Amino acid sequence: MKAVEVEKLTFSYDQETNAVEDVTFSIEEGSYTTIIGHNGSGKSTVAKLITGLLEKKSGKVVIDGLELNEDNLYEIRKRVGIVFQNPDNQFIGSTVRDDIAFGLENRCIPQENMDDIINEFAEKVRMTKYLDKEPTRLSGGQKQRVAIAGILAMKPKILIFDEATSMLDPQGKDEIKKVIRNLHKDSTLTIISITHDIEEVIHADYVIALRKGHVAMSGTPQELFADTDQVRKIHLELPFALRMQEALAREGIHLGKEITMEGLVEELCRYDSKR
Amino acid sequence: MPIRFEKVSHVYSDGTPFRYVALEDVDLEIREGAFTAVIGQTGSGKSTLVQHLNALLLPSSGTVYVMDRQIIAGTEPKKLKSLRKDVGLVFQFPEYQLFEETVLKDVAFGPKNFGASPEEANKLAREALRKTGLDETFEERSPLELSGGQKRRVAIAGILAMKPKVLVLDEPTAGLDPAGAKKMMELFASLHKEGTTVIMVTHDMEQVFRYCEEVIVMENGKPKIQTDIKTFFRDSSLCRELNILPPALIRMKDALREKGYTVSDDTVDIKTLAKEIARQVKSHG
Repeated sequence: MKAVEVEKLTFSYDQETNAVEDVTFSIEEGSYTTIIGHNGSGKSTVAKLITGLLEKKSGKVVIDGLELNEDNLYEIRKRVGIVFQNPDNQFIGSTVRDDIAFGLENRCIPQENMDDIINEFAEKVRMTKYLDKEPTRLSGGQKQRVAIAGILAMKPKILIFDEATSMLDPQGKDEIKKVIRNLHKDSTLTIISITHDIEEVIHADYVIALRKGHVAMSGTPQELFADTDQVRKIHLELPFALRMQEALAREGIHLGKEITMEGLVEELCRYDSKR
Repeated sequence: MPIRFEKVSHVYSDGTPFRYVALEDVDLEIREGAFTAVIGQTGSGKSTLVQHLNALLLPSSGTVYVMDRQIIAGTEPKKLKSLRKDVGLVFQFPEYQLFEETVLKDVAFGPKNFGASPEEANKLAREALRKTGLDETFEERSPLELSGGQKRRVAIAGILAMKPKVLVLDEPTAGLDPAGAKKMMELFASLHKEGTTVIMVTHDMEQVFRYCEEVIVMENGKPKIQTDIKTFFRDSSLCRELNILPPALIRMKDALREKGYTVSDDTVDIKTLAKEIARQVKSHG
């Protein structure tokens, strides 16, 4: 089953140039997919189109088996949650608890069930200790974790992270990446992460690379980065392990295409011992 | 003339329950013409430290010596305006501070404010815009309609247009895509080559490793370590001790050493490392 199917999707901000053009891809249910590309490549626009925050010019979007249109927009929004880049722009409640509760109130969850739900999801992002704190007093990473808890409490099937770590310090980035990894491991949630973080990309299941509003490449990280010439051509960064292998190849040592450093070192030892 | 901090402390909200000591008795010297990285965890005092350099913050006690000025507690330094011109400070997310109707006006604002004629200010603004990679088609556009990366460049051009002798950057590439960040870093590296003293607050160890010469590690409002880059990244032990992820090349050297390969401490680029590995692999054959 596909969680997301996008067919020939086109969108324009100014009616002249298309910010997204003829974009076709699909995302497996339960997978962890990253979307990469430069600023201005259309990544965030695609995220907004598949959640109906922007209205497409043409094409088709199917979410969880439902075609996105005016009639089922709200049904689709229930199934897709989105975490944005700036942790300061997504708070409503005066305490962490209120903030997580906000979405639940909107969906008319009975008061007596709310506490359990709030506790469950605060626990998932390890923020239980902070439930009565003001969101403004939290670190960037903690704020993003609260935002994630608020969205998880709505029980979406698909969770989109739109550069959710790019404004955080290294510690905050690690916190969020850990939360994402755990969600992927422990749930059937489909995770879509728009990111510039090459380490995150190589550890996901699939990757879609956008360039100038088009899909430039897609596949598993291994498949995508194996085509180093194409990756260069679309001006994406190569993982360190691949740059190292290219340098080794120039010295006459030809290894397979490992995208992680651990894999590369193992591969090198194997090569070395065979000689 | 080096930049010197002498027993500098900075206390926020003194005399209130929110009193917070951000800098405590800081003594340090920053070499003129160097590209210095200021690193450390969030809340360690990095931004507070660098905001003293153009007297945006005044010390609660102690003295900062910048160029030929002294910055002390309580009184704004003499010739403050020319200090602000000589020491350009680029904040975190500077694009939030764009305000003029057009890109050119925004960038020309600084030089005009410091007494340049309109023609001169526009000339300086154009030069600065070219340096940041924005051509003349951007000049008449509203800064507010640009992309995040372009806005950042306009904001940085606004500082460069004043031709600062000291450039202070607070996480200048945060939130930019890798290609944009690289271009930005190369711009700073070229300004440094031309003689500008560059001081950069950052969390990105790949940038520190690749572009900087000196590093200051802040911890709890004090410089914990100050050293040159080569010493700092000799191996990963200092980084690990500080709970910092070392640059990929240093992690690779570590992993190779663990498997019994010999890698020189002085190796700082992929090509040399590949040659070192190849030599050893061939000797095994």
